[in-house]
Amino acid sequence: MAKALVSSGMNKCIGCFTCQRVCAAVNHKSFTDNKSAIKVRSLGGLSGKFFATHCLACKDERACMEACPTGALAKRRGGGVILNRDLCIGCKKCEDACPVRAIHFTADEKYPIICKHCGACTRYCPHECLEMEERSDVE
Amino acid sequence: MLSEKSIRVLYINLTDEKVRIEIRSDLYDYLGGVGVASKLLEENIKPGKPPLHEDQPIVFAIGALSSVMPVVTKTVAMFVSPVTGELGESYAGGRLAYTMFNAGFDAIVITGKAKRPSYISITNNRIDIKDARAFWGVDADKTGQYIRTIEGGSGKRSIIRIGPAGENLCAIANVNVDSFRHFGRMGLGAVFGSKKLKAIQVTGDRVELAKDFKKYFQVYNEIYKRVTETPIMAKYHDLGTPINVKVLNGIGALPTRNLQQTSFEHADSISGEAFAEKNLVRKIACVGCPVGCIHIGQVRREFDKGHEYECLNVSYDYELISTLGSYLGIASTDEVLELINAVEEYGLDAVATGVCLAWATEALEKGVVSKDDTIVELKFGDKESYLKAIHYMSHKENEFYDALSDGLACVTEKFGGFDFAVQVAKNEMPAYHTGYGSVVGYACGARHSHLCNGGYSYDQTIKEFDKKKTVDDLFEEEIKRCILNSLVICLFARNVYDRDTIIKALDAVGRPTSVEELDEIAKRIYASKLRVKEKLGFDLSSIKLPKRIFETPAMGKKLDEATVYEMIEMFKKKNQELLREIESSNIK
Repeated sequence: MAKALVSSGMNKCIGCFTCQRVCAAVNHKSFTDNKSAIKVRSLGGLSGKFFATHCLACKDERACMEACPTGALAKRRGGGVILNRDLCIGCKKCEDACPVRAIHFTADEKYPIICKHCGACTRYCPHECLEMEERSDVE
Repeated sequence: MLSEKSIRVLYINLTDEKVRIEIRSDLYDYLGGVGVASKLLEENIKPGKPPLHEDQPIVFAIGALSSVMPVVTKTVAMFVSPVTGELGESYAGGRLAYTMFNAGFDAIVITGKAKRPSYISITNNRIDIKDARAFWGVDADKTGQYIRTIEGGSGKRSIIRIGPAGENLCAIANVNVDSFRHFGRMGLGAVFGSKKLKAIQVTGDRVELAKDFKKYFQVYNEIYKRVTETPIMAKYHDLGTPINVKVLNGIGALPTRNLQQTSFEHADSISGEAFAEKNLVRKIACVGCPVGCIHIGQVRREFDKGHEYECLNVSYDYELISTLGSYLGIASTDEVLELINAVEEYGLDAVATGVCLAWATEALEKGVVSKDDTIVELKFGDKESYLKAIHYMSHKENEFYDALSDGLACVTEKFGGFDFAVQVAKNEMPAYHTGYGSVVGYACGARHSHLCNGGYSYDQTIKEFDKKKTVDDLFEEEIKRCILNSLVICLFARNVYDRDTIIKALDAVGRPTSVEELDEIAKRIYASKLRVKEKLGFDLSSIKLPKRIFETPAMGKKLDEATVYEMIEMFKKKNQELLREIESSNIK
């Protein structure tokens, strides 16, 4: 069954950034976490909570995919996209297009950091803020 | 950095606004953290000059596992302490270690004095010294808000800053790290103030890849599991360190009313349980720590008639509850939080402030000082008078508060009352009066803290007291912690990071080592600290302890004065032996 990342329990977040650490390590073999596809920060003005920016696994219309001029982004089952590095030219149009700013680039590489919905972050979250939700309805 | 087998040091001179970076492969043998910082301190101190002279350095350092392995969250700061006049060493969590790692600096050395109030902005590709005139005089909390507003962006940054106490050169001023953590002890805030340095912001977007990912992540997982799935660290998340209020009260080790007692009849009202029930609203973590021990308590305060309330969010820990609670006879959680909030805003060391105010209260009672000196009628249990006194301290309101805010050693020299001044080697005593281990531990510990060698914990675990064994064990622990502090782990995880784990973790990030090498490094670091202390004129034999420490029972027993001094001399001998061993060997 296809699944997608949801940050449904952010009220419980302690801001340890373990999700970022693990995402950058597992997906990019990195010691630093600047390549993490999930980004936690404090946000919310008067209510001051932690907030996680990550790919929301858009279902029908995927803005990043629409913006990609080379077809490097393909539909992922369960929502979101899959990056084909061979087709990517590093134009950053996907970064601008993502309505929730979930895509970013690091200076050392031309490819975008895009969530694969691999679920590694959810397995390491000490407070069950993150989970993988079943998305059987999404092609 | 790890990949270069060397230590990357950023030097910032505030006087001429010059910055340089040095790649120091020679410092690799000091591992990182306190090892590297001790060496850099030793190189940069100016022994003939006072602690607040502009030529004196501030050194920050992180270690080889910082932000890469779980709970390796701390940054060490070293400086010449304006409180003790000798080695200054302090640790803070928050996001500083994480951002220094992201920016790619293992250590930062700051010297000189800015020509106007300034703050430093550090990123991996840019260092700026910026104008802070507009918010000089502003409290520590608001200073963070100003810098966030000016700098823009969000998230992965650290802002460390001082409040008015540091600007006014109160020796016991602290540095606030990311709102809820601190370089609390030994007066780094005053050193910042003496350099007209209001704050430092650090952020970085560097990418460093793991060399052997499989090896790294396997060890990361092992440690992560031990941290989250075993009981080793559970207490720090649950009630947190305040669990100790009841424990220490129960065994007669909770300093109360300026250490006239070691149990507090209202201990239950300020216990960890009471805070959890009445005030605890959330827990947060330093970056890289899945435990999350930072307990935030909320207190509602009426600021006007007509149901006008403000809400204070205050981080609380055992130490603060004791020094701003039981030390002062304060009997409610709300009042303790209000006092913590005040020291936060003014930027004072909570431990030293509480202990100093406890002394001042007794000094007024005894007629050592007068109401003309204290301005307010200081009374045990009276929060309002203490709130005013905290303001007077941070603004050095008169001659008395000027001296008081420089610590007990200073104020007793001018006003008397040394016998009941609860300090050891000029540092206000932490909140544990457990026995010989604690007192000798404070005295002989390099920074006179309970965390140097854990004497307070030692006292609680031994079955029978033996002075030689106690000295030997404290000495060994002091050296052992040099490794933990060179990594720089949070000491709450000291039972996770045993020797085997440390060796495995270092190997997994590309810094292979052995038990023998770690032992050598530990001694090398400790020797370096001892040399700094010696250069700054410190001698263990010069320590004079206040009578109060011997009058008030520690865990039910009064301590024998002669035994304590004898143990200090025994410790000194061990120090000298170690220094000789280091000098004659090739462990340089």
